[in-house]
Amino acid sequence: MGEIFKKGLGNRSFVIGGVVTIIFILIAGISLLWTPYPFDEMTIASKLKTPSGDHWLGTDHFGRDVFSMMMVGARNSIVVSLVAVSIGAGFGIPLGALAAARGGWVDEAVMRFNDFTFAFPALLSAVMITALAGPGAVNSIIAIGIFNVPVFARITRGAALPIWKREYIMAARVSGKGPVQISIEHVIPNIASVLIVQATIQFALAIIAEAGLSYLGLGTQPPNPSWGKMLSEAQTFMFLAPHLALFPGMAIALMVLGLNLLGDGLRDVLDPRLRRQR
Amino acid sequence: MAIFFLRRALTLFATLVATSIIVFLVLEVIPGDPAAVMLGVNAQADTLAALRAEMGLDLPATERYFNWTLGLLQGDMGNSYTYGVPVSELVAERVVVSLPLALMAIVLSTVIAIPVGVLAAARHNKPTDLGVMGVSQIAVAIPNFWFAILLILLFAVKLQWFSAGGFAGWENGFWGALKSLLLPAVALALPQAAILARVTRSSVLEIMGEDYIRTARAKGLGKSSALWRHGVRNALIPVITIMGLQFSFLLAGTIIIENVFYLPGLGRLIFQAIAQRDLIVVKDLIVLLAGTVVVVNFIVDMLYAVLDPRLRGGGHG
Repeated sequence: MGEIFKKGLGNRSFVIGGVVTIIFILIAGISLLWTPYPFDEMTIASKLKTPSGDHWLGTDHFGRDVFSMMMVGARNSIVVSLVAVSIGAGFGIPLGALAAARGGWVDEAVMRFNDFTFAFPALLSAVMITALAGPGAVNSIIAIGIFNVPVFARITRGAALPIWKREYIMAARVSGKGPVQISIEHVIPNIASVLIVQATIQFALAIIAEAGLSYLGLGTQPPNPSWGKMLSEAQTFMFLAPHLALFPGMAIALMVLGLNLLGDGLRDVLDPRLRRQR
Repeated sequence: MAIFFLRRALTLFATLVATSIIVFLVLEVIPGDPAAVMLGVNAQADTLAALRAEMGLDLPATERYFNWTLGLLQGDMGNSYTYGVPVSELVAERVVVSLPLALMAIVLSTVIAIPVGVLAAARHNKPTDLGVMGVSQIAVAIPNFWFAILLILLFAVKLQWFSAGGFAGWENGFWGALKSLLLPAVALALPQAAILARVTRSSVLEIMGEDYIRTARAKGLGKSSALWRHGVRNALIPVITIMGLQFSFLLAGTIIIENVFYLPGLGRLIFQAIAQRDLIVVKDLIVLLAGTVVVVNFIVDMLYAVLDPRLRGGGHG
């Protein structure tokens, strides 16, 4: 672990991406304890103010402090994305490992299930769930989670197949271990680096998806702030207060950029064989 | 080839059936009484009974499923509850906005991304390449709906060259309608172009190390003619796959972007239907959109097999 970290410090993508990601996680964490103003405090008298010493990023149409809302928005965005990606990984990795371990019709069935799930972009699932149960952050989590299952299943299967041909797997088989035990003890630890890199990239995609869903009003609901919702509200006041449309978008782009860089850096650090041509 | 096609066609059929079953289960069976969901808690008993009869809810679920899917196959998507017209009419009205928008975005992103990707590969590790990689890294991170808002801020609010949203309608002149789709198409194309450019670049770089390029160079072909004559064609195979995989993102993007620009396309229709709890329209549109993703992936697979005969073996991966 220490060695990986040392190697990482020499990798520019890893360092920049890591720092940006940590800053956002810190901001989200701090918002649990402190924000400059309560995020839902409305002061209509000071609405649509431009950034100033009092309100670092200005105020919205209800006079709420934009910086405070963005801090809490970071938290919501990170929590939704993290849980969604965990669901994707939690179902996808075992499915992919199973397909690789059993082969034959099990493999075929898992892959066809994958193709099928792929037909439902997170947005379509979210639309269906909302039509059924009304909007909310849980919708985003389920919808983004469902879309992540086939991604992890595919990556796990692809990475696990060559591992199953290795000699130490043969040895484990001879010693009487079953496919499940071998998958858990030998296969998954050996493909962990690929999975970690993928999880980072999926996390970035989930941040964008969550923002999109809340922009459309399907995700996080008011008064809970979210970056996507803030952008859709800002659009209404674009002629009066264009700055409102800038900051939440910048936050999304910066966080996604940070995660993507971190993913690239991790790929180089964890598995030099995967290094892309530069 | 015939066996490969047949196998894929069977999978396509099975996937479409599975898709329709899931959508039917989620929107018609799980809610218990979809008519009650559509009308809300304050519904009058007789209105409820009328809607139940209209939706055929007294029939068993399996029979309703077959009626629905057989209807879909004949182009009969049922009647919208809120609009009171056939859903197929609504779709026909809206698809003339969504389809051109998606096509414009695909054309724009391809026209930008492929030359840029090839250029970056040709100038590997030089400032042009590093610039392309940097810009595309940032472009991938920008959500298309925020980019759309930025475009509106610049071109509609500041410069006032375009309207901030809405659709001029094809019947009021081709150019006006095209103009109202231009900013949305650009917003949709940007992240797609960034991803495509990166894939094109790495694909071309890989091809440039192949033996046949070296042979072409040894025959006296210059670097750029070897690249364009032999390299690019082969490098495009993975690019087509990515375009296929990107299609579901493009579709989701179209739905969001239509809402940003208030375009009366399928994406807006789906949201109006949700707001009005018109489950009939929601159900049809979801099957239509998910079905489109499945069919496009099938076509990409076929195209892939035509371009690269090695893939016709029938294996997967």
